[in-house]
Amino acid sequence: MIHSVVVAALGVVGVAMLLCLWRLLRGPTVADRILALDTLYINTIAMLMLFGMYLRSAIFFEVALIIAMLGFVGTVVLCKYLIRGDIVE
Amino acid sequence: MSAIAAWVVVALVVVGAFFVFVGSFGLAKLSEFLKRLHGPTKSSTLGVGCILIASIVHHALLDQGLGLRELLITVFLFITAPISAHLMAKAAMAADPVLRPKPPAGRGGASEPAPERDRGT
Amino acid sequence: MKRLLPSLPLSVAVFVLWLLLVADFGIGQMLLALVLAVALPLAASLLGPEPARFGRARVALRLLPVVLWDMVLSNIEVARRILGPEKALKPAFLWLPLDITSIHGITALASIITLTPGTLSAELTEDRRHLLVHCFNLDDPERQVATIKARYEAPLKEIFP
Repeated sequence: MIHSVVVAALGVVGVAMLLCLWRLLRGPTVADRILALDTLYINTIAMLMLFGMYLRSAIFFEVALIIAMLGFVGTVVLCKYLIRGDIVE
Repeated sequence: MSAIAAWVVVALVVVGAFFVFVGSFGLAKLSEFLKRLHGPTKSSTLGVGCILIASIVHHALLDQGLGLRELLITVFLFITAPISAHLMAKAAMAADPVLRPKPPAGRGGASEPAPERDRGT
Repeated sequence: MKRLLPSLPLSVAVFVLWLLLVADFGIGQMLLALVLAVALPLAASLLGPEPARFGRARVALRLLPVVLWDMVLSNIEVARRILGPEKALKPAFLWLPLDITSIHGITALASIITLTPGTLSAELTEDRRHLLVHCFNLDDPERQVATIKARYEAPLKEIFP
């Protein structure tokens, strides 16, 4: 039963990621695109953990952790760029 | 015991997927940036938290040891999500000064409605 | 002692997080964690952060369940509003006057505000006296301010005096 629920959840998260992609392409402002990217990486973590449950393997933990860290740093850098207009201060 | 744990996993996965979906749905549906910011920053974080806890229980159920490391991602996400939300709000206001409300006049508490603007959905 | 260990809570946090991260409680990793627990706070203190002062840490144990519970409620609330009609939303900004002065306390307050019912901290004024809060649905600004102050700011003031 866990198996089929995980498969269904994978589908739902996939649709959620498509919605983020739509917002990413649609804009209209730069801040919207940053928000879409931020949501996209959080959804990616969810999808990876679900995929790990699907394959019954704990190997995706490291991947998820690195995506979480790099995603956060990426969001911060993009926002800082928008606020200051410069990456290196 | 393992039957109860299995139900816990199923419930957490369903709730988590629901919240992840609601967060992204809000992102796609709402019409204004500051409204959109509420969906993903709250719902998606809780959704991912639920799925990560489900993953911990699931791996414990499969006798792969108690992976407390997933808990680290949850804690990390709960610490970073408000910070990135705060920065994104600041970035949006820096890029578009119309969004920024007037500075507080004397003692705060007063509010003004956010500028309602129709800029596509 | 103060020069070698700038902040004991930070060192303990580094030690525990490292052991959880490698998921190996052997003697080698313990030693490595100990080295990191001394070295990382020293390196961080070179950046010259404002040192945090802790008051009554026990209050945090009382605050934590309140925040976690509010987070679940806030998510159900926001989910309901997202799925409902958008016309019913009344988003608004409000300036929250701050009584808390410690920058760490303000950081914690801003994070809690973002994670709890329908509110999002957006900006701190230069003089650290006001916090800009965006509300997903604002009916009564006075009550919203009073709720935040009583529920989160008062305990945080005890934790970070």
